[in-house]
Amino acid sequence: MSKRIGMEIAIAAAEAVALCRPEVIAAYPITPNTHVPEHLSDIVAEGRLDAEFICVESEHSALSACCGASGAGARTFTATSSQGLAYMSEIVPIVPAMRLPVVMIIGNRALSGPINIWNDQSDIMYQRDAGWISMFANNGQEVVDMAIQAFKIAEHKDVMLPVNLNLDGFQLTHVVEPMEMPDQKEVDAFLPPFKPLASLHPDNIVSMGTLGLPDIYNEACKARDEVLKKSRKVILEVWKEWKQKFGRSYEPVEGYKTKDAEIVLLTLGSMGETAEVAVDEMRKKGVKAGLIRLRLWRPFPFEEIRKAVKGAKVLVVLDRAVSYGGPGGPVFSEVRSALYDQPEKPFVMNQIIGLGGRDVPVVDFVKIVEKAQKALKTKPMDDYEIYGVRGS
Amino acid sequence: MVEIRWHGRGGQGAVTSVEMFALAAIEEGKFAQGFPSFGPERRGAPVAAFNRVDKKRIKVRSGIYQPDVVVVLDPSLMGTINVIDGLKPWGILIVNTAESPDKVRKQTGFKGIIATVDAAHIAREELGVPITNTTMLGALMRATKLVKMESAEAPLKERFGRLAPRNVKAMTRAYNELKISKAA
Repeated sequence: MSKRIGMEIAIAAAEAVALCRPEVIAAYPITPNTHVPEHLSDIVAEGRLDAEFICVESEHSALSACCGASGAGARTFTATSSQGLAYMSEIVPIVPAMRLPVVMIIGNRALSGPINIWNDQSDIMYQRDAGWISMFANNGQEVVDMAIQAFKIAEHKDVMLPVNLNLDGFQLTHVVEPMEMPDQKEVDAFLPPFKPLASLHPDNIVSMGTLGLPDIYNEACKARDEVLKKSRKVILEVWKEWKQKFGRSYEPVEGYKTKDAEIVLLTLGSMGETAEVAVDEMRKKGVKAGLIRLRLWRPFPFEEIRKAVKGAKVLVVLDRAVSYGGPGGPVFSEVRSALYDQPEKPFVMNQIIGLGGRDVPVVDFVKIVEKAQKALKTKPMDDYEIYGVRGS
Repeated sequence: MVEIRWHGRGGQGAVTSVEMFALAAIEEGKFAQGFPSFGPERRGAPVAAFNRVDKKRIKVRSGIYQPDVVVVLDPSLMGTINVIDGLKPWGILIVNTAESPDKVRKQTGFKGIIATVDAAHIAREELGVPITNTTMLGALMRATKLVKMESAEAPLKERFGRLAPRNVKAMTRAYNELKISKAA
């Protein structure tokens, strides 16, 4: 039976991962995800989990060790943030290329510089195109649920791809709140042991991670793109099964009061919860506001986005990262691209908020809805704006 | 929803306070958040930590700027930072000090409810150290009636093990010894 607990979300994430019985964990501590591997190492030391915990000397080694372990057929987990993820980046695209179902929790944090340990999503956006399945949690419950779902999705025989689960650093990692924690029996019934299609073993020699000459590299890339897109089917199946077994629903794109909404905010990650409060406030004032929360970042849910924004007049995409010198935030760029060839579409504007830990209280979301109200009449000159910048 | 801001100095356990208070509320079936002022804190430097408590699920995930309650773990902060910054005029200010609530009222000019307790003295007697984070939980529970003291016992036991009974005693004393002055 699931149990209602109060716990720091990073610790709860570690407990949820432990319920998945990972066999190898390799990680290096970095703020703000530190409590995830730290607590897992406690669980291993206490004898509650029979896993090899590899204390590596860097994140580059952490993900390299994960590659080896996953290749040998072990259920494998790692966690990191920001500079740690950046330091892994040489190995990041190799994991999906080798079809290794490693699960990684990222406590999202700004990339340096200036040096900053606080939350935004620039770390994962920097790794966006590597070929991982990538998803975002809004709250502690979703972190617990999605950590367990991640292994099932990653290890499915039609997927065999790594999954990164993103939770906003501090905003989620460091908050104590209530959650329903499934028990071991429930997780065992949901998540069967990992059965690799091929594994490294001295008695049955295979090669993994070989050289791909120009005559095969194209095809390898195509295969990688195809399998990532097709993983969507498995993701939806796993979420459906989760709903049946645990009663909590997960969708690639989730709408809140969008039905008759003229102005729709689109969020990724924990700001989706605060934005909901702002939508409620605006509704009370008679403004037809709504909210779309994007959960699945890769493979990108183009169809669902098109469906979700139907009827909206202004869509405000809220990004927590900048694509410097580019079209605005990375989510904005994707969403506008999804809508480009649609005969009827909302005006899409982009507000980049909450960079490097800048707090975004309810009142800021309200102000952003008010900006969108103005855009109903007069479209703004700029495609995107870094919200709340002083001196501009 | 009730929003609480705790003031302390790095090393005084303000983060443990918010954790214990949130866990006690959750223990009662309520919804609660406990979180630090995000970032690296230095020992001795002023720090803040926060709680939200509600009967329904809490959605807001931003900082707290207009708290209903302020708890001050270290009286030396009173002259250093404006502890009542943003505190709602009808709110509650709870201070660890040997001084009376009236003295704190003169010092701060705050017109709402003021409560004081000599938590440092209690902590020194019961715990042997002047760390007042668990002691001040008792003061907060008495002043706000948000959470029952018994509900903090399990989380304190989980966190402090064999030292838990002493922390429970310190908390109980603060609950009983709190001096409350009604809104001016």
